Formats: sequence, structure tokens, C-alpha cells
Amino acid sequence: MGRQAILEGAMAVAHAVARCRPEVIAAYPITPQTHISEELSTIVADGELDAEFVKVESEFGAASVVLGASAAGARAYTATSSQGLMLMAEVLWNMAGMRLPVVLACANRSVSAPLSIWCDHQDAESIRDCGVIQLYAEDAQEACDQHVIAFRVAEDRRVLLPVMVNLDGFLLTHVFEPVELPDQELTDAFLGKYEALYKLDVDNPMSFGCFTEPDKCMEGRWMIHDAALRSLGVIEEVSRDFARIFGRSAGGLLEEYKSKDAETVLVAKGSICGTIKDVVDELREKGQKAGLVRVKTFRPFPRQALLAALKGAKHIAVVEKGGSFGSGGIMTPEIKDALYDAGLRIPVSGFCVQLGGREVPTDGIREIIDRATKGEQVAYEYFRLRKEILPDLVPSK
Amino acid sequence: MSAKLGMDRLSIGCVAPPGGSMVNKTGAWRSTRPVFKHDKCIGCRACEMVCPEGCVFGDPKKKHFDFDPDYCKGCGMCANECPVDDIDMIREAK
Repeated sequence: MGRQAILEGAMAVAHAVARCRPEVIAAYPITPQTHISEELSTIVADGELDAEFVKVESEFGAASVVLGASAAGARAYTATSSQGLMLMAEVLWNMAGMRLPVVLACANRSVSAPLSIWCDHQDAESIRDCGVIQLYAEDAQEACDQHVIAFRVAEDRRVLLPVMVNLDGFLLTHVFEPVELPDQELTDAFLGKYEALYKLDVDNPMSFGCFTEPDKCMEGRWMIHDAALRSLGVIEEVSRDFARIFGRSAGGLLEEYKSKDAETVLVAKGSICGTIKDVVDELREKGQKAGLVRVKTFRPFPRQALLAALKGAKHIAVVEKGGSFGSGGIMTPEIKDALYDAGLRIPVSGFCVQLGGREVPTDGIREIIDRATKGEQVAYEYFRLRKEILPDLVPSK
Repeated sequence: MSAKLGMDRLSIGCVAPPGGSMVNKTGAWRSTRPVFKHDKCIGCRACEMVCPEGCVFGDPKKKHFDFDPDYCKGCGMCANECPVDDIDMIREAK
């Protein structure tokens, strides 16, 4: 065990990122991400990290700068939230298609409107299809460690895709927790120096993400899908290596918490899993077989790992901090999809919670587990919706 | 120049050396084509200057211009800008 310090989540992430030695950082301030880039700019200004910190006019600019830096062969990093991620969206698709191993953090925050600065996962989930690998942290320590893992996975020649580390806005960015920062020497040895496959070079010019006619574009897209699927194994391998070298577990695809013999299993990602674990512990003491499967890698979707973790369950409830308007959950249908293909008809319920930072106390988690255990099945429910504050939904004149 | 590298076969990230625009003959996108009538041309080079593809070429002294069908998209700017109406746009369809 190394030295622990009490650090704010965002600042801990900034120092963990600095130890990964990015050569170019560009970011635009947005709550609740700001402390990450603010602290990184201080670290660079103080001469503690030999990097170019590029001040930009928007998140579109920030993403474009790190795209260009990565194409020029530099290890590059950015961080954002919510609307900022929306503004980066076009560039993120390009990064994935150009196979540039940029690492970024998303301090998850609700997307307007209604305006909210608090946490849910709709920002990150709305760019789930662009080819960017998405990891989700449960606490500040994991957010730090997942960044180290992220750089190595992104830069692995079998992957070469951007990796986004998600940490819940405020719930993780602004809390003070004991954190052991990744040791500098170990991090240097773990990551090595980034060697780009192709890079922008005036003596040997290259164009990235070139124009393709319809006879080639589909294969260009397939290569992103193929690399994303291949990254599942790489994430597991790199995470095992991280645990061996740093002496603590952080990455991987899933965490199975008391779920192996559980009858009712919850599936969730991010910081809410801390609350769920407390409730699981409490129910276990009373003899109720509840468990949690925590999704740490959301993209690529760990279909086989989830299937293996869930196949013995009698009831499954997915606790989602997001959804697709006019359809339903995000993870809920994907889990059903995996179960269906395996010929399993385990009832799966989807509960949408915590949008815009709404608190879910332990009794809420207990209620979800109780309802699922009793055999209730809901496709997708806005949990504890406050109907009393709603207006006339179809206004008459 | 190895312009075909990354063109006939894809590379990781669809990376390619310069020259790709020459290899990709995009003239097939065209639905109308210019007809340089070589009748009233005054050699002002307006057609050459306004072409967004840079595929109109010729000799102002000889008052003779034409276009490269491999890259012309048929936008019609040359015909629109010609001060003496010496360029017609016709449909490609037969």
C-alpha cells in the first residue's frame, strides 16, 4: 500500500493524468469538470508537467486540438461534461474513425433542457455509438486508476481508439476521499512512451480519415467496430496487468458484488453502486439473496461477461441514470438482447433514477429490489416520478 | 508517388499520403456539365478563377478554356460568371 492523501476527486484525477505524462492538454471550463482542467493547467504552469496546455474557445476547439495533437503523435488529453460533450460529439466520431488514442474524462452531468448542473449519465450515453470506449468509475480512486488504464488501452495497437473515463459530476468530482495516486515510476513503466502508428509530419505528409467512396466506407466503419470489440479482451488484460503492478484492482469489464448466488441482481454503473452495495449488505444480513453487477466498461458493451454474470439470476433490475426518450432504457434493452440470444427469459426491469441529480436514498434501492424480487416487471419506469408537480400534459388552449 | 497506398486498400484510421484527391475521380457526382462554346471568349479567366474544384484550365492568349470531366461537379459557377455567356450548362442524362 502506497501513500494515501485526502483529495478532491477532480484534483486527484488531474494529478493521476499528469503522471500519465500527456504532451498536449486542451480543455474548456464547464461545471462539474472544471477542477480537472484547472488543476492540470496549474500543474503545467508550475513546471511539474512538460506539456502544452492549449487554451481554447470551446469544447469543439478542445476536442479538435487534442485530435490534431494525437494525429501529430502526441499523447493528448481533454475533459468535459454535458453540453461540452455535445459540442465535442462531431470531433469524437472523427477521433474514433481516425483511430486516435485520445483519453478524455466526462464528469457526467445532465444535458439541457431543463438546465441542470447535476449528475446523470445521459451526456455520455448519448454518444455511446461513436466508437469511443467508455469506462465508468465508482469512486475517486477508480477514476484515477481508470485514466492510467485508459491511456494504455487506447494506445494498444490492437485498439487505437479514444477512451473516455466517466466519473459522476459532483458525486465524485467534488467529494474528498482518500486516494492513492498512481506512483510515477510505476506509471512510466506501465505506459511507456506513446509511438503513433501514423503521424502528421511535414517531411512525410499524410491525410487522416480520408474520403471514401461507397465501395470502401463500410469497411472503414467496420474496422472501428472490430477494434472496439477487440478492446474487450485488451481492457481485461491491461486491467489484470494494472492490478499486478499497482496492487489494486480498478479496470476490467464488470464487478460482481455478491451476485454469484443472488436471486435478485441489480445492474448499474457509477457512484450509485456504493449505495446499492450498502443495501445489498443490509439485505444479505437478513438472509435475502440480493447482489449487484457493476458495469465498469459500458462501451464496448461487455455482452458475454454480463451474460455469464447474470445467467443464474431469478430477477434482474437495471438501475439507469439515463434513457432514450421515446424508447426506454439504455442498458436494459441491451441486457435483454444478450439474454434473449442465450435463450434465457429472466425477467428484466428497467428503472430510471437520479436524472439531474435526484437523490436515491437506500430505501429507494430497497424498493427496487423488493419489487423485482416479488416478480414485478417493468420495461422502463421513471422511478418515483413526482406526478403532483406536472402540468396538464396536453394543454387545452 | 504512392498515391494508391490507403486508396485501393484501406489503412488503420483511413490514413493516406497526399494525392488521394487525384485518385478519387469525383466527376461522376455531376448531373450537369459545362459546354465551352469557344465562340465569344475574351480570355478574362473568370471561369478558371471561380471554379471551386480548380478543374477549369486554358490559355487566355488563345481565348480557349475547357474543363476536366474527371473532377468537375457541374456546379455551373463558370457558366454563371462568364461575362460573355460563352459557357452553357447541359444535362448529363442521355
